Amino acid sequence: MRLVWRHAAAKAVSAAGEANSDAAASTARSEIRIVGSSTVYPFSTKVAQEFKNKTGVNVVVESTGSGGGHKLFCDGAGMDTPDITNSSRRQKESELAACHANGVDEVVEVMIGYDGIVIGNLREGPEFNLSLKQVYQAFAKELPTSDDDCTMVANGYNNWSEIDPSLPNETIEGYGPPPTSGTRDAFVEIAMEGGAKAYPCLAALADSDEDAFLAAAHTVREDGRWIDSGENDNVIVQTLVNTPTAVGVFGYSFLAQNTDKIKGATVDGAEPSFENITTGDYPISRSLFFYVKASHMEEIPAIRQYALEFLSDEAAGEGGYLEEIGLVPATDEARAAYRDAVVTGTGYAHEE
Amino acid sequence: MSSGSPHTTARAVAMLKKRRRANSVFHALGVAAIAFAIAALVWLMSSIVGTGISAFTQNVITFEVVLDEEELDPSGERDPDALRLANYRAVVQDALYERFDVGDDRQRRQEAFGLVSTSGATDIIRQQVFTDPSLVGTTMTVTAPVSDDLDQYLKGNLTTDIDESLRRVSDNQIAWAQELKASGEIKSQFNWTLFTAPDSRDPELAGVAGAIVGSLLTMLVTFVLAFPLGVGAAVYLEEYAPKNRMTDFVEININNLAAVPSIVFGLLGLAVFLNFFGMPRSAPLVGGIVLAFMTFPTIMIATRAALKAVPSGIYDGALSLGASHTQAVFHHKLPNAAPGILTGSIIGMARALGETAPLLMIGMVAFVTEIPSSITEPASALPVQIFLWSDSAEVAWEERTSAAILILLAFMIVINGAAIWLRSKLEKRW
Repeated sequence: MRLVWRHAAAKAVSAAGEANSDAAASTARSEIRIVGSSTVYPFSTKVAQEFKNKTGVNVVVESTGSGGGHKLFCDGAGMDTPDITNSSRRQKESELAACHANGVDEVVEVMIGYDGIVIGNLREGPEFNLSLKQVYQAFAKELPTSDDDCTMVANGYNNWSEIDPSLPNETIEGYGPPPTSGTRDAFVEIAMEGGAKAYPCLAALADSDEDAFLAAAHTVREDGRWIDSGENDNVIVQTLVNTPTAVGVFGYSFLAQNTDKIKGATVDGAEPSFENITTGDYPISRSLFFYVKASHMEEIPAIRQYALEFLSDEAAGEGGYLEEIGLVPATDEARAAYRDAVVTGTGYAHEE
Repeated sequence: MSSGSPHTTARAVAMLKKRRRANSVFHALGVAAIAFAIAALVWLMSSIVGTGISAFTQNVITFEVVLDEEELDPSGERDPDALRLANYRAVVQDALYERFDVGDDRQRRQEAFGLVSTSGATDIIRQQVFTDPSLVGTTMTVTAPVSDDLDQYLKGNLTTDIDESLRRVSDNQIAWAQELKASGEIKSQFNWTLFTAPDSRDPELAGVAGAIVGSLLTMLVTFVLAFPLGVGAAVYLEEYAPKNRMTDFVEININNLAAVPSIVFGLLGLAVFLNFFGMPRSAPLVGGIVLAFMTFPTIMIATRAALKAVPSGIYDGALSLGASHTQAVFHHKLPNAAPGILTGSIIGMARALGETAPLLMIGMVAFVTEIPSSITEPASALPVQIFLWSDSAEVAWEERTSAAILILLAFMIVINGAAIWLRSKLEKRW
């Protein structure tokens, strides 16, 4: 329906004649349009602000979520579509295909850094030293009966200490983002899947029947031990302050800003810290991206400058302003490679 | 009649007692309801004011920087555009390392640099050098906001009775800050930035000016569209339209429109104005149109009620003196209905002012680095700003969010105050 409308509109405009199209050309926008992930939003707005200070170019950043961002971004190549979309996960093959189908030929991929996902609780609360398997045991809806028997039964754990005597004797109560959130996706894909694979039979299932494995690994409890708490990480942090025995799942930058109230659980022996996320020792971390339309960089040169500002040493180098607000930046080599891709406007292809 | 007054029988006395009890129970319930409402309001306001009041002051630090030519303008050409891109962070860092004599210790260097708003200080210098390139090579005195964490500490919003490594401010920073406060190099002043600056990623630099202008532009569009449409439709339906099934149907639909959840209007705006008509995203123009759809039924219903409330004698009197139907309506009924129409419109507008949901769909939930200057430029709105700030990680956003809520409330009070004033000024009693 929408497509039909749009075609009708295009016809109407072309019928209206030359005068109209001239007017459209002269009102071409000068600002940069960015949409996408709410996780990348704080970093993107920081760069937008610095970029505006340096060049005077207005930048508009919308927080639409990763999925919503890709949808808007791949909607077409025209100048009424966004120039850049931020994403807290890699662009899906289907999304890139949609881009190509809608005339967005070259999409430049830039990986900006990493975001750790923290399982945290109140500083005065008990210490949690978890393994991925224990995270899975605490929050999966159904668990295998034993390591070798993958008959799934409802998760019966009510207390952390029932999972492992070394864990605190506290009721399991986890506050985390809802399924629409990129943070939730990453938590489920990295922590829950990783934990599920610690069961040999589930690991075998992952090879033989992927769909059945994903259903077992991705389904979070619905019996009140896991509580969806909205996209707002601040709300989760506030909840933890008011509920000393609960744990919360949120992004590392929120832990970094609230270390006076909240501490992060160690996962597989690694603390959620800047160093451990950079080295990859902390297991639950994901890459953050943004995607640029090569054609728009030709049209509005400021877009390329913005992308290069994001990758500059002043922003993402050691002691840069993005590090100050909690980004774990990509390595110098990776940044150099992405800078080249931005300068040449080279689109990427999915290898998978 | 044989046993005298009916109130003397046992049954009558019991009934009287029951009636009086019902009376006092209702009275007590009424008082309790009001008390509950007042308590909720006081609790809400004291919590918002308590958190937000400290955001109206901001600590600033004054220090000297050497605008080193080597660092800022190695070519020596003094080209303003090149100077704008220069590395002012290094200049600020050098000045602070020098001031606190931190040597090469990385930790102490970070602490010294962390005293000041890094984006704030660099930008103040950047814009001054950009406008006056001859400053390069001289020493200038900069007054910049302190960092958000230090500001929170100085306002007493950060706990310091925990281990230093977990704190947002270190022992060194506290010692330096106390010293600077004693010498007057750090002082607290009224936070003008909050009212004059556009949105910022850094709480100490963020302001609501962009959002306020965005809200005003949006409301302007809403009013220009919804007011004439709403009043016109109401006058027609009330005074001209024949009373038949068709007009009943229209009336029911308009009344239903007033009850449609606002997000639906946002979806309508996305589908029709952005995708079909190709209007610009994030623009107050589209926001205003969408909110006008929401406000129009409210204005229409209020106008119809106000027209109905005008005594029929006014209209009949006009007719008997020879006025036509249209003259009687426009010269006599409508002016007499004005107070009700204005009150309804202003309440409808106030509701639209507080909306976020429809704006989400048309891209006004956005970070915009500039204060908008026309209805087609990208803009945000005041409630959106509050929503976005509340979602940010830094502790300092908490007070800024509350301050923004106070500013929005002040707006609402002004608007509602205007409604009450207009009503009492224009109101006629018959």
